[in-house]
Amino acid sequence: MGYDLKMRIWRGDQSGGDLEDHTVEVSEGEVVLDALHRVQATQAGDLAIRWNCKAGKCGSCSAEINGKPRLLCMTRLSDFDTSETITVTPMRTFPVIRDLVTDVSFNYEKAKELPSFAPPPRDADNKRRMQQIDVERGQEFRKCIECFLCQNTCHVVRDHEENKPAFAGPRFFLRYAELDMHPLDTHDRRELAQGAAGLGMCNITKCCTEVCPEGIRITDNAIIPMKERVVDRKYDPLLTIGNLIGLRNKDTEGRREV
Amino acid sequence: MASTETRQATRETAQAGVNGPTRARIGVKTLRTDRWWLYPLATFAVFSAFVAYATFRAVWGHDYFAEPYLSPFYSPCLTDSCVKGSSDFGQPFSWWGLSPALIILIFPLGFRMSCYYYRKAYYRSFWLSPPACAVAEPHARYTGETRFPLIFQNVHRWFWYAAVVVSLILTYDVVLAFGPAEGESSGIHMGLGTLLMLINVVFIWAYTLGCHSCRHIMGGRLRHFSKHPIRYKAWTLASKLNARHANYAWYSLFSIAIVDVYIFLLAANVFNDPRFF
Amino acid sequence: MTGNVMSGDGTGGMERHTYDVVVIGAGGAGLRAAIAAHDAGARTALVCKSLLGKAHTVMAEGGIAAAMGNRWPEDNWEVHFRDTMRGGKMLNNWRMAQLHAQEAPERVMELEDWGALFDRTDDGLISQRDFGGHKYARLAHVGDRTGLEMIRTLQQRAVELGIDVFMECTITDLFKDGDKISGAFGYWRESGRFITFEAPSVILATGGIGKSFKVTSNSWEYTGDGHALAMRAGASLINMEFVQFHPTGMVWPPSVKGLLVTESVRGDGGILKNSEGERFMFRYIPEFFKSETADTIEEADRWYEDKKNNRRPPELLPRDEVARAINSEIKAGRGTPHGGIYLDIASRRTPEFIRKRLPSMYHQFKELADVDITAEPMEIGPTCHYVMGGVEVDADTQESAITGLYAVGECSGGMHGSNRLGGNSLGDLLVFGKRAGEAATAYGSSLGADRPKIDEADVKAAAESALAPFEVEGGENPYTIQSDLQQSMNDLVGIIRTASELEESLSEIEAFKTRAKAMKVEGHRQYNPGWHLAIDLRNMLIVSECIAKAALAREESRGGHTRDDFPGPDAVWGTKNLVVNLNAAGTGVDLHEKPLPVMPDELKTYFEEK
Repeated sequence: MGYDLKMRIWRGDQSGGDLEDHTVEVSEGEVVLDALHRVQATQAGDLAIRWNCKAGKCGSCSAEINGKPRLLCMTRLSDFDTSETITVTPMRTFPVIRDLVTDVSFNYEKAKELPSFAPPPRDADNKRRMQQIDVERGQEFRKCIECFLCQNTCHVVRDHEENKPAFAGPRFFLRYAELDMHPLDTHDRRELAQGAAGLGMCNITKCCTEVCPEGIRITDNAIIPMKERVVDRKYDPLLTIGNLIGLRNKDTEGRREV
Repeated sequence: MASTETRQATRETAQAGVNGPTRARIGVKTLRTDRWWLYPLATFAVFSAFVAYATFRAVWGHDYFAEPYLSPFYSPCLTDSCVKGSSDFGQPFSWWGLSPALIILIFPLGFRMSCYYYRKAYYRSFWLSPPACAVAEPHARYTGETRFPLIFQNVHRWFWYAAVVVSLILTYDVVLAFGPAEGESSGIHMGLGTLLMLINVVFIWAYTLGCHSCRHIMGGRLRHFSKHPIRYKAWTLASKLNARHANYAWYSLFSIAIVDVYIFLLAANVFNDPRFF
Repeated sequence: MTGNVMSGDGTGGMERHTYDVVVIGAGGAGLRAAIAAHDAGARTALVCKSLLGKAHTVMAEGGIAAAMGNRWPEDNWEVHFRDTMRGGKMLNNWRMAQLHAQEAPERVMELEDWGALFDRTDDGLISQRDFGGHKYARLAHVGDRTGLEMIRTLQQRAVELGIDVFMECTITDLFKDGDKISGAFGYWRESGRFITFEAPSVILATGGIGKSFKVTSNSWEYTGDGHALAMRAGASLINMEFVQFHPTGMVWPPSVKGLLVTESVRGDGGILKNSEGERFMFRYIPEFFKSETADTIEEADRWYEDKKNNRRPPELLPRDEVARAINSEIKAGRGTPHGGIYLDIASRRTPEFIRKRLPSMYHQFKELADVDITAEPMEIGPTCHYVMGGVEVDADTQESAITGLYAVGECSGGMHGSNRLGGNSLGDLLVFGKRAGEAATAYGSSLGADRPKIDEADVKAAAESALAPFEVEGGENPYTIQSDLQQSMNDLVGIIRTASELEESLSEIEAFKTRAKAMKVEGHRQYNPGWHLAIDLRNMLIVSECIAKAALAREESRGGHTRDDFPGPDAVWGTKNLVVNLNAAGTGVDLHEKPLPVMPDELKTYFEEK
């Protein structure tokens, strides 16, 4: 049942750091976060880890395990061989604060740049009506737990710090798509998504989808549909001509570009 | 033997990417221990092989028709040089002096080059941008698809329209493939070639109708599925195919190559088509 | 402003801010309070221990109880009020229960205005689902991740409004000027630097105390900070003996023991079985709920299709009843191999239905326990989930006994009486969050320029107190004390209590307090979880003492408080609350009884008719 797990944990801060070896007893059914907590409680009381719900619902304990961006609480030790050494490092796209904790304020800054939902007035009986099939696409995106693993794995900012100002990242493309598909929203965010948010920087290599712990199909269901919507707006002469002669898509009527 | 320029670029990457001054100093481009290089390597090998073969076949201009089979690389055959019986849509490009394949291949080629799945595959395996998830890419700068030439990837839907026409023509070719081979009586016949062409066209349709642009045009661009039940249905079907778009991209690539090889060998009289009836 | 931005003034320095309203805690209640305060014109700061959007509200699964009448036009606030009071065994603050039932529907609609995407009915309205103790399907929901939807919606609203958020910042002390609140003191988790907020109004929205127990659905944050801050500021707590043990928590694997399994599993058709395969809940229907609970399997099963002509299955009794029943079955030796009982939906609903209605549960069991809930039953057992008790507040304004100090959500007391109904928590956060934000702003602006001041000596004392664990030589590691406390509370103050065990627990808590004085943390102030725990542990100890002391005093069984030595409810105890305060020396807890607020006659009529 129980065995001694060999771990290498990155410890340090912006001035430098190293992988530190630890051996810790673990038992059946445990996850990487359990092992780290035991290291914390018995060997390194000041080991910095960010975590919260330990159930894969809050998205706090994002890190990289054997080089792969994952949630510490959702990575079971049974996925590894008992003789394998597990290497845990902080996310490598964000500035490190200490040990496994990084400064994810990039994401909170990006969230501020996004114009929020803009609904029309309620119906006469003070309620709103939307059909289930119309909200389902948005609901998939709202499963996002904001672990920022997609942001972390995206090479646009991971490998190119200089792109950070001009690129909102997959998490926020998800949000753009959610609002653009919202049956009631009155804003047209396509120009903004392509311009300020840097949708065109994405080369759809799908790493965001690969690492999403919620299994949201970020690329296929949000980013590419959003890119297609931008094509509608900017790169499709037929639709432009159609708009000019009044053959417009009634489904998107009443929206105002922001 | 890296040139000064490359070394300069490497240094800039080291500054800007995962080894940048604010990031955790880990020092290696990835700590992944799995075989992450397998996908880009395999993709690189297969695509290169396909491109080499397709170029050879397209430029060569021979052995693409074996009654009643026409190779998908040469369909429709539209020039003077097309062999007898292969031009089902006339020969409007009579002035064309090169291989007839070169006129029409631009459409399937453009469709696949701008396809969202193929883009992922070749950006990863040919450009290494990135080679795999959480593996640092070797480039110093990156602008994505925001400027020339990659901004032209946005034409994908136009190639999709063309791809539908191509798929229709290939479907017509399959119908013709149920026709008689040389020396057979008129009426419906079938050989191994017919079967291969049939399988090929099914994969091509599965690939074409599962295209992201198709999905968007069918209904993806709507905000109210509930007001467009038929388009919603079409979107749902396209979405189902779309979920396996990568698979169909590969299957159809192989099936095109196999059909062409098969017809090539028939036309070159290497062996005879086994006829079922 | 985020917790991850270091301000320029060097390490060690003190950062100072002035606001009209400081909200501590950024779960549903804190966010709603901050939005309300901002809307009312206050300069508002939102301070939270974690990153924004990670608070425990994300764990809420089932839904928001609100009598919108979208499924059942018969539903209205009066029915909801009655359900809430009955669920709380009439110990609720009637005014809070009334306000909650009346205002919850509009609070839910607001979420929709701000972008929440609830599941829909066929008419396109917000769908509502069944839950334990609610007469009608009443919970507005999004699959089984309603809490996530709610916190994300509120978070996005707060960001849109530009409210200042101080993330990963822990408040350790409140300041007073005379008997009025004047500010708050805390530290940045990231840097360990101190921060002082000068503000006439402070709203506590710090959530619960679950981390005092070993088996809990709560995360590390729930150390009773708001409860303890309020007590230290001189406010009182009520109903602390009432701790809700959710009947269905995971029992295996050990690392996730206690993790919540939503009540929606039962609302959507799941049933409870013991190891003999018996659907045992029929044996545990209490007299109080007999008339509205099915007593045969046939009737219970018919209810899912025809709610008008059948009574509810006993699996959907209020949580306290179900938790006790499960506990009894396990004690009687009819538990599962891992010490739980079976929760079975696999044999009753199609895999498609389960995956659609309960996606997070499917995911959770698949990922963490390798159990496919569409094919096999879940093993579940009771887990500490929620504390009904909290800061005693005014029902309309949420103000505590201390002027300028407000408490909302789980860290306030009264609304849920002795037992909270599922779905009433999210509504509570919204309704009273808004009320507190508005009241706090109104109070602040009534002061004009004459605001309470912070005494510099208090700031110095607060800093010294926070740094004390670094000064100790050769003391004990806080992790060990915490884990011993959790074990002790679980064993002695758990779901079934007796006088002797409660007395034992009180003496153990005294011992923990002594050990905690000699606590030692290693390392330095920068993002040091050992130090953070040492500070939180003080709060856990005081709150644990409140629970044990009140539990010992209340000699009856009611709602979330079950005494083996006093098995039934007692009419006299049913007329009073237990109130706890910090004692004069600040080292322990004083307790006294207080009669319940009297319900007006017109509301009493809801409980007379049968």
